[in-house]
Amino acid sequence: MKYAEGSPIQDTKAPEGPIEDRWEKRKFAAKLVNPANKRKLNVIVVGTGLAGGSAAATLGELGYNVKSFCYQDTPRRAHSIAAQGGINAAKNYRGDGDSVYRLFYDTVKGGDFRSRESNVYRLAQVSVNIIDQAVAQGVPFAREYGGLLDTRSFGGAQVSRTFYARGQTGQQLLLGAYQALERQVAAGTVEMFTRHEMLDLIIDNGRARGVIVRDMVTGEIERHVADAVVLATGGYGNVFFLSTNAKGCNTTAIWRAHERGAYFANPCYTQIHPTCIPVSGEYQSKLTLMSESLRNDGRVWVPLRKGDDRLPGDIPDDERDYYLERIYPAFGNLVPRDIASRAAKNVCDEGRGVGPGGLGVYLDFRDAIGRLGRDAVEKKYGNLFEMYERITGENPYDQPMRIYPAVHYTMGGLWVDYDLQSTIPGLFVIGEANFSDHGANRLGASALMQGLADGYFVLPTTLGDYLAAGPFGEVNEEAVAEAEAKVTSRIERLLAVNGTRTPDSFHRELGRLMWDYCGMERTEESLRKALERIPELRAEFWANVKVSGANEELNQVLEKAGRVADFFDLAELMCLDALVRSESCGGHFRAESQDADGEALRDDEHFAHVSAWEHSPEGEPVLHKEPLEYDYVKMSQRSYK
Amino acid sequence: MNLTLKVWRQSGPSDSGRMVKYRVEEVSPDMSFLEMLDVLNERLILEGDDPIAFDHDCREGICGMCGMVINGVAHGEQVATTTCQLHMRHFEDGATITIEPWRAAPFPVVKDLVVDRSAFDRIIQAGGFVSVPAGSAPDAHSLPVRKEDADSAFDAATCIGCGACVAACPNGSASLFTAAKITHLSLLPQGQPERLSRAKAMVDQMDAEGFGGCTNTGECTAVCPKGIPLDTIAQMNSDYLKANAK
Repeated sequence: MKYAEGSPIQDTKAPEGPIEDRWEKRKFAAKLVNPANKRKLNVIVVGTGLAGGSAAATLGELGYNVKSFCYQDTPRRAHSIAAQGGINAAKNYRGDGDSVYRLFYDTVKGGDFRSRESNVYRLAQVSVNIIDQAVAQGVPFAREYGGLLDTRSFGGAQVSRTFYARGQTGQQLLLGAYQALERQVAAGTVEMFTRHEMLDLIIDNGRARGVIVRDMVTGEIERHVADAVVLATGGYGNVFFLSTNAKGCNTTAIWRAHERGAYFANPCYTQIHPTCIPVSGEYQSKLTLMSESLRNDGRVWVPLRKGDDRLPGDIPDDERDYYLERIYPAFGNLVPRDIASRAAKNVCDEGRGVGPGGLGVYLDFRDAIGRLGRDAVEKKYGNLFEMYERITGENPYDQPMRIYPAVHYTMGGLWVDYDLQSTIPGLFVIGEANFSDHGANRLGASALMQGLADGYFVLPTTLGDYLAAGPFGEVNEEAVAEAEAKVTSRIERLLAVNGTRTPDSFHRELGRLMWDYCGMERTEESLRKALERIPELRAEFWANVKVSGANEELNQVLEKAGRVADFFDLAELMCLDALVRSESCGGHFRAESQDADGEALRDDEHFAHVSAWEHSPEGEPVLHKEPLEYDYVKMSQRSYK
Repeated sequence: MNLTLKVWRQSGPSDSGRMVKYRVEEVSPDMSFLEMLDVLNERLILEGDDPIAFDHDCREGICGMCGMVINGVAHGEQVATTTCQLHMRHFEDGATITIEPWRAAPFPVVKDLVVDRSAFDRIIQAGGFVSVPAGSAPDAHSLPVRKEDADSAFDAATCIGCGACVAACPNGSASLFTAAKITHLSLLPQGQPERLSRAKAMVDQMDAEGFGGCTNTGECTAVCPKGIPLDTIAQMNSDYLKANAK
């Protein structure tokens, strides 16, 4: 696949000056909208996870006219709800040396020097307000006997900055945002559209002015116009078919915006989470994550000898390879996610994997149970052990868990500036759907932080600056009709094929191909293979997919087919991005770029930039580079040995 | 394993609906219940039949979107388990399994096993929140909370809004759902200022939606995938009575 190189791109919104003053400066410089005018300004928010739910609620509180959309039956289902571990905040309640600067530093370093310093610093600053806000809403965080909030250290951080609500932190934070949102629905500032899926973006006069959505119950294609559009539609990990995402998570909203002119940044940055329950068979529909807090007490190992098929309990210690402890003595089982995942892949590639198909490693609590007692282990991890047993039928108190890496999060997303505005004026992108804060690798407990920072605190300020110039008047009927016609004809086209393969069977094949060729380890050869195979499979899809039923009804096959069609196009761009970025960094490992010990080797001279891709309808994608400069955190090679 | 399914099919709200029998073969015991339905649906699509519509999303037991009455029990017989977390190893080879949607007047059927649970959102809209606009919150440590209270509040707050409690209740009551939110916020200092008005507004909304009253049958808590305790309903009634006495 060919591409062209375009002019460099810059963030022009972050103020100059000391990094700790930039957000204050930006807030002060942002224009305010007079309260009486807010009522006249309409904002569309798509998605109701932590980012979209908190944004819609907050914009409603400020007095804007908000329309909120989600594909589920209620906004409370959004997949933020499944986050287990916790949320980071630089509160330093423990007095253990944490600070805004340290959270900033850890995030830039953890992102392998591929994120923007200004954005990350702001994220760390705002993190403290999130905890205050959530507690005031009644989010039942874990507490100590003295009544103060408990924290834990998480994902390799050396300070205790992760706030949590048992293993259901995402659920509790999302319900807080959901309740704030429903309060605004009752107040009449937010109009809620459930079971509605965004299928295109309306652009008029160069500005994002609305969306075309499908009512998933009646099939009606609806048009909604506004003064600005906010996309909070999450990540695209489901391009791999199997991932820890919810089944409905998809790329359609951001992909259609990309086709309308929004640049797509770093599509190849994918996070593979090391501790998921392995695949059990061909019918597998999704993968389940086990919180990485398990690595605090569990020890990861595989048999020393290839093909050792004894039961785990029968393998003596000196015939086990605790490979993380062996290779990374300083961090041991607590190395960052990307490193733990690739190490698991390596031992399985050597033929030492365990379980069906040899795609698994042990996570063993024998020693923790011996040291702390079964009760203590149960108190800490009881709900996770239960979940594991429910899915696998195996009891992790008696035999080690089997785990394997799975796609979990996508750091890439639509390119945004410091104001979270995309390259289309009036189109803002927040949460996992944008690319902004995590660089090439996200740290544990930072996704919840970013979603809520964007929605509660950043967007409401920066969007106001944009809307101060509004309202933007009537939307040209031609622009709306064109977008609507495009959506309708695409649906008709899908229904007309009437082939012999289901959308899911194509999705599985695409996912397998992406996992094999653009997964944990990528090579020039594998990526070229994928770039050859994806267009063939896409052509077969459009010639042979079978979509049953009609548009004018609840039709889950049609919904699925539309999403799979977009995944093909996204997959192609991901592989191209991975091919062009011939260095390794964070979650993107190119086998050609490793050091003598097999660790990821960055190439800062050629790749210290964001790759922002512009769609061109007929020709080749155009690559725009945003150079990354590090004035505060010195670029260095990560080492966890 | 080979199974016979009897599934409720209803093309839309105006259709009267019926049970339809399907054979599914070579089911693996490691499949989840929804994966077993996926396999059947793949076949139905290729045969030109309408696949069975059902709600689902996270498939890890937390979003609350899935839910069906399996062999007469909401979410099936496995205790404290959502439908998506139910696995086929709990069924016998050769068994016949009946699958129906939640049945309650305030949850009208949309299609097949999909029902409309928007009444739950309206109950939350009535008062299931603390009124704190973003940006106005004091420092999180300014108000300590007893650990016991925080833990009990959490237990009530784990409700996933799936609606199994309503489907299981002989009265079609939404008391457990409503009480879970009222209890969560009543136990925390942050929830006190609106405590009584919240209870009154939410209970009144629940009644207005057409849910039945509670007669302490306890079916709700027995099927609840999160084990929301029955005594939350006592807390709700207490707050509601106090609100009305004022």
